[in-house]
Amino acid sequence: MVSQIRSLGRYGVESIQSIGRAGMLFAQSVTWGGPGSAGFRDLIRQIYSVGVRSLSIIIVAGFFVGMVLALQGYNILVKFGSVSALGTMVSLTLLRELGPVMAALLFAGRAGSALTAEIGLMKATEQLSAMEMMGVDPLKRVVTPRLWAGVISVPVLALLFSTVGIWGGAFVAVDLLGLYDGAYWSNMANTVTFYEDVVKGLIKASVFGLVVTWIAVYQGYDSAPTSEGIGKATTQTVVISSLAVLGLDFVLTAVMLGGV
Amino acid sequence: MSDSSAHVEVRDVRFRRGERLIYDGLNVSFPRGRITAIMGPSGTGKTTLLRMIGGQLKADSGEVLVNGGDVGRMSRNELLALRRDKMGMLFQTSGLFTDLSVFENVAFPLRVHTDLPEAMIRDLVLMKLEAVGLRGARDLFPAELSGGMVRRVALARSIAMDPELIMYDEPFTGLDPISMGMILRLIKGLNEALGLTSLLVSHDVEESCQIADFLCIVSGGKVIGFGTPDELRNGDNAEVRQFLNGDPDGPVPFHYPADDYRQDLLTGVK
Amino acid sequence: MQMRNVELMVGGFMVMGIIALVLMAFRVSGLSMEAGGETYTLKARFENLGGLTERAKVSMSGVTVGKVSRIYLDKEWYMAVVEMEIDSNAMATLSTDTSAAILTAGLLGEKYIGLTVGAEADYLADGDWIHETQSAIVLEELIGRFFLDKAEG
Repeated sequence: MVSQIRSLGRYGVESIQSIGRAGMLFAQSVTWGGPGSAGFRDLIRQIYSVGVRSLSIIIVAGFFVGMVLALQGYNILVKFGSVSALGTMVSLTLLRELGPVMAALLFAGRAGSALTAEIGLMKATEQLSAMEMMGVDPLKRVVTPRLWAGVISVPVLALLFSTVGIWGGAFVAVDLLGLYDGAYWSNMANTVTFYEDVVKGLIKASVFGLVVTWIAVYQGYDSAPTSEGIGKATTQTVVISSLAVLGLDFVLTAVMLGGV
Repeated sequence: MSDSSAHVEVRDVRFRRGERLIYDGLNVSFPRGRITAIMGPSGTGKTTLLRMIGGQLKADSGEVLVNGGDVGRMSRNELLALRRDKMGMLFQTSGLFTDLSVFENVAFPLRVHTDLPEAMIRDLVLMKLEAVGLRGARDLFPAELSGGMVRRVALARSIAMDPELIMYDEPFTGLDPISMGMILRLIKGLNEALGLTSLLVSHDVEESCQIADFLCIVSGGKVIGFGTPDELRNGDNAEVRQFLNGDPDGPVPFHYPADDYRQDLLTGVK
Repeated sequence: MQMRNVELMVGGFMVMGIIALVLMAFRVSGLSMEAGGETYTLKARFENLGGLTERAKVSMSGVTVGKVSRIYLDKEWYMAVVEMEIDSNAMATLSTDTSAAILTAGLLGEKYIGLTVGAEADYLADGDWIHETQSAIVLEELIGRFFLDKAEG
């Protein structure tokens, strides 16, 4: 009994220490500058490896999610005789929720885990230590451009996810189910607002991008420098960042809607 | 050896990793311009000592002085400046950047810390690569090199900024005899040509004795012997002699502490 | 991968993002270039809004001519005040006796304001009040009245 309480206590202390270390990593790597810090080209390279390389999965997923939404929505709305609201339903669902959340989850699986493995491997092969010993801060050199690449890439990916989804929905609704395309598009245009729906969705996506990348780089940076440690850290990244995205989604939605 | 000639001085250092006390009042000073090999059984924290000198780990108490300045009390920026200008380190796994070519790896510290024109960087890099005999491999990537070559490139990189102090962490492990011979020659050669203070962590008694001016034997969190190889071989410390001669039994027992053997066998399964 | 190609791909990625944003702005959220440009404000008091919200459309003969910009309670009259932003190209069409009604698009659809032009020669100007208003039809009241009529009849 005592030992169980002790291990619970140790778990608690370790969790808090870990959050503290993650906070310090964030504080030190969020700004640019310092000896040997990364430049604009490093940012471009990272946007390529986390953003551009996640493009295919985002586009395919977005198209299918949009099609499913339209199909399900049609079958529900047709019972109330309001299929004209289908475009609105599909676009609002994508812009407000599914675009940012799905893009962030797919990003965590595709790019987040790769980031953790990459940084973990750099640590295990002493590349980070070598950098330190050459008077270069590895946080500024390695972590900073990756962090910002995530913040920039995820909103773009979320936007593309929603766009492809809305067109995927239109494909099902108009071309397959025979809905009048004016009903799909113009009801959408009347209801969706640029600031409330599009911009707020993008703000969410940026926050998700920051949090997922932060968790990924922290897990890599804090991993045990062994193949087992890297494997564990990679799994942790996907689990923790997925939960963080879903939890934060509720918090951000509540704050933005001002309801709670 | 007087204190004024000491390049690195370790005073009363205690270091704890988790529950385990690694160093308990470690005192040692490393002379300037000489090769000192730090030796000792596995797990005594020899690499830890190098990392404390490099400022990557902080001692729990005591001082680590490099050129008279306490590494443990330096700010992050002072530490980065010290490492940039005065120190080089060769890691066990070499720490080469896998996404950069050999040339770019050696050029890395120069590009980061200097504003030299490209032509000059090229000349400097080729000079360093020539020194380790790998000028011809400049366009290869680390994955395409053998273990010995990787270590030589890493060596070229760590002397790119012309440090005063260079630390080698297990430079001989996993090398074939030819590569080992090359590394030995390079360490000795660099020390003689540039007057570098060299600290060498190694298990390989024979190789270390060949090139080291001094040996520093660490065991049980303390220095148990410091002197020239000959002094120590003929000294009166039994544990040092056991280590240098590689005897399987001696003051460091062959058997892990256990109950009486016969007693243990007779007890049977409890 | 050559740095040049990387830059090209990232550039392409960003351009795709911008195109998506433009599509979102104009095609999906119906933002138009002139929107937010020239508008003028009209006000009206209603007994009951019945679920009308800000940003609801204001239409004339089914054509959207503006939107509801603000809703608040008039504490003297105990009535809801609705402020509407009307496109200025509809300016010289709304006579001073224009009436406003809160209507529903379909049986379950959204609430909007329908304007019907009267016969006066003068037109409403910025900040004017629409005096003729018809509140939202509340289904419960309608049903209640129906049964009352039945009982009396």
